[in-house]
Amino acid sequence: MSYISLSDKEKKEMMAALGIGSLDELFSCLPAGVQLKRGLEIPPALTEPELIARFEKVGRKNTASGLLSFLGAGAYRHVIPYVVDYLSSRGEFVSPYTPYQPEVSQGTLQVIFEYQTLICQLTGMDISNASLYDGASAAAEAVLMAYRVRGKPKVLVARSLHPQYREVIRTYIKNLGIQAEEVAFTESGEVDLKDLTRKIDAETSAVICQSPNFMGVIEDLDEIGALVHERQALFVVAIAEPASLGLLKPPGACGADIVTGEGQSFGLPLSFGGPYLGFMACRKDFLRQFPGRIAGQTRDIDGKKGFVLTLSTREQHIRREKATSNICTNQAWCALRATIFLETLGPTGLRELAYQNVQKANYALARLSGLKGVRKKFSGPIFNEFVCEFDAGWERVDEHLRSKGILGGLSLGSLYPELKDCVLFCVTEVHTREDIDRLASSVAEVLP
Amino acid sequence: MIREPLIFEISAKGKRAFGLPKLDVPEDEALIKDFPLRDEIRGFPEVSEIEVVRHFTRLSQTNYCIDTTFYPLGSCTMKYNPKVNEKVAALESFLLSHPYAPEELVQGNLEILKTMEDFLVEITGMDAFTLQPSAGAQGELVGMMIIRACLEQRGNPRQIVLIPDSAHGTNPSSAHTCGYRVEEIKSNEKGTIDLTSLDRAMTEKVAALMITNPNTLGVFESDILKIAEIVHARGGLLYMDGANLNALVGRFRPGDMGIDVIHLNLHKTFSTPHGGGGPGAGPVGVKKELSAHLPIPVVVKSETGYALNLDLPRTIGRVRSFYGNFLVIVKALAYILSLGPEGLKEIAEISVLNSNYIRKSLEGIYHLKYDAPTLHECVFSDKYQKEHGVQNIDIAKRLIDFGLHPPTMSFPLVVHGALMIEPTETESKRDLDIFIGAMKKIAQEAAETPAVVKTAPHASYVRRLDETSAARNPILRWEGEI
Repeated sequence: MSYISLSDKEKKEMMAALGIGSLDELFSCLPAGVQLKRGLEIPPALTEPELIARFEKVGRKNTASGLLSFLGAGAYRHVIPYVVDYLSSRGEFVSPYTPYQPEVSQGTLQVIFEYQTLICQLTGMDISNASLYDGASAAAEAVLMAYRVRGKPKVLVARSLHPQYREVIRTYIKNLGIQAEEVAFTESGEVDLKDLTRKIDAETSAVICQSPNFMGVIEDLDEIGALVHERQALFVVAIAEPASLGLLKPPGACGADIVTGEGQSFGLPLSFGGPYLGFMACRKDFLRQFPGRIAGQTRDIDGKKGFVLTLSTREQHIRREKATSNICTNQAWCALRATIFLETLGPTGLRELAYQNVQKANYALARLSGLKGVRKKFSGPIFNEFVCEFDAGWERVDEHLRSKGILGGLSLGSLYPELKDCVLFCVTEVHTREDIDRLASSVAEVLP
Repeated sequence: MIREPLIFEISAKGKRAFGLPKLDVPEDEALIKDFPLRDEIRGFPEVSEIEVVRHFTRLSQTNYCIDTTFYPLGSCTMKYNPKVNEKVAALESFLLSHPYAPEELVQGNLEILKTMEDFLVEITGMDAFTLQPSAGAQGELVGMMIIRACLEQRGNPRQIVLIPDSAHGTNPSSAHTCGYRVEEIKSNEKGTIDLTSLDRAMTEKVAALMITNPNTLGVFESDILKIAEIVHARGGLLYMDGANLNALVGRFRPGDMGIDVIHLNLHKTFSTPHGGGGPGAGPVGVKKELSAHLPIPVVVKSETGYALNLDLPRTIGRVRSFYGNFLVIVKALAYILSLGPEGLKEIAEISVLNSNYIRKSLEGIYHLKYDAPTLHECVFSDKYQKEHGVQNIDIAKRLIDFGLHPPTMSFPLVVHGALMIEPTETESKRDLDIFIGAMKKIAQEAAETPAVVKTAPHASYVRRLDETSAARNPILRWEGEI
């Protein structure tokens, strides 16, 4: 298939206008020695029907897609109202660039402005940016931002923060002279306040924790925040499952200075991990250190309200190496989907969704932990994920579940050696009672 | 056109646009008794479904985009985004794939990742690729981290990164985020890297030179082999920003010419839609010596199938969650498969033809600071029009009245009043001629009726916006009627 729009005649006319006899002449500025002398070894071009058939075929090798799945751990399956797909697939949203020319990009800009407002409302913070790449790199950007604000070389990272977020933070800070230390979790699955008290000191820029945390446990953010502020560090809260904000007290009301997270739950399919949506919000005092694009409201010369990208003196294209981040574009289209999702659900819909998650996950927890040889691992309150420990190990159970078309939870042993035989389950509003019962009865079949 | 209100302005209590199935498990109200519960979300919108649909449809109609308009934004490669690529990326087998699903149950996804890596290796002449980075800027950061890890392995990470004055702003910022000090290399009169300056600057303290080739003026760095020789002779590494690869596909492979690390922009050269500013993808290619430092996970193929390798002792680590912007990679792979080797080569040929056709047609009417031959884009300036008080921004805004998206403005920084034009290969001669005609007309207006140009746009949804007051008195969210 070719997507070129020139006829042979037009090509010749253009070449004549340029005074050239062959297209090769256009590349005479490339020394002969550097030009590739052979054709690329790429398979021959496919037509549209062949292309579709090829991807359908490779897609069929993803046998996981048809299974009943209880995987979560930072990637959640939620309902997606059809209007999200319908509206977000409009070419006017899919095919423009970053809104550098605001007069012809008001659609994109107003969506970002609405998105920023929704993120502020949900998190209880003053300002939001236009989005970042994903939850993990957003957590890293939050740590870098806290370091710019406070300038102290240490950050404390909750061990119950998503393991991949912790890894990305480590990658980002490695070359900048920042040290990360981990804060343990207790038997209830919550941040160990004694350990935090022991480790936080005058050299600490920030403490970052997640709620609900990786084990699914809802943290007491008020308590952690108070402790963090006592030592003049910044309190960074990461939210990997923002559907929880439909019900839970926003981090901004618990003293958070920066709130960051993964917005995938808001209208983005699982998609094997991407594209997702990093979000970030903070207190307005830190505006000048805030990374990423920001849309702002203004007026045109006739006084009509409009929107522009603003505060770009923080950004790389103006400040170059002195910018607050190297980030250029955001995940505008993902933020658009989140905006449509949230505006379609509204406050009642979002609350109800969150409430159903709590009810269904707790029902599943009760069903599983009621089985002999299966124990609830942590005593803390949960949102839509929980950890169970399998006395006789998980492998056999997992194998049996798969044979019955079920993907059980995520085995935690490789991520947390101390949680051998422990499994993280996720249950959301998409699971029916029948699904949950099927999981529990299938597990029961292999227990001794 | 009437202003589309913010959704918050049309919200009314009790309206709904979506309903969930009734809770089907036994309800236990006591469960949330001890939760830290939130109050009502103040200001959160409540609207009906038709209001949502009209709101976003109307907003979309205020955007110029590739599907409606010629969009010659320089350095952004705004080419047509084939629709079938959206279809294949929306197959349920991809959308429903959980990133933590066991490897043996997502073999199709892993095959896609590995195939894409192999194709990019062949197209660029590099030895290995990571598809992890989410965007070009993250690709740069990852690339510089790999360079740092390699130099540390050799014994000294060094302190400085050299960057030409014509580079994208992300280059110095990425190098800085990786712990390096940035030193600028001045361009010569051709707009390319000056070998004498490079020779002087390239000391034992320099970790790498970051080049863009063709550079942001659209000029090919024809001394590339000598540049590589100088950098390598002093123990440095050569980084290439592949943002402009569109000009070279099938004709020049950076890996054959001394490039050690490169990032590509799948949303530019490989046509995945820009989405109003992301999601993109910024894969990074490296030469053999550096491949041990690639971020994890790395996809490997064995007799039993594909797997993810996490055990890479000298890796820079993980740079984002999971496996990159997977669906973007699917679309780019679909693009490569549908073009094939000849189609890929044609991208470079026709994008360069289109760009030179515009350049030739406007030369003399708009000022061209550098007269070196250019490839896929050309950079004019407003020098002639300034004599009448008309600046590049005025020209850009006036194009809007002709139904055209403006070129990139005021970049690269080495050209004052720059208008950077990149038509790409997918435009028709008719559309190029319409653009050329509009540019000529605007030049004429600038001389005869400059006020018309200076007050443009006249026909757009909003007119020129006050960006200064937006920055001075930031309003960054809706807070009730302001």
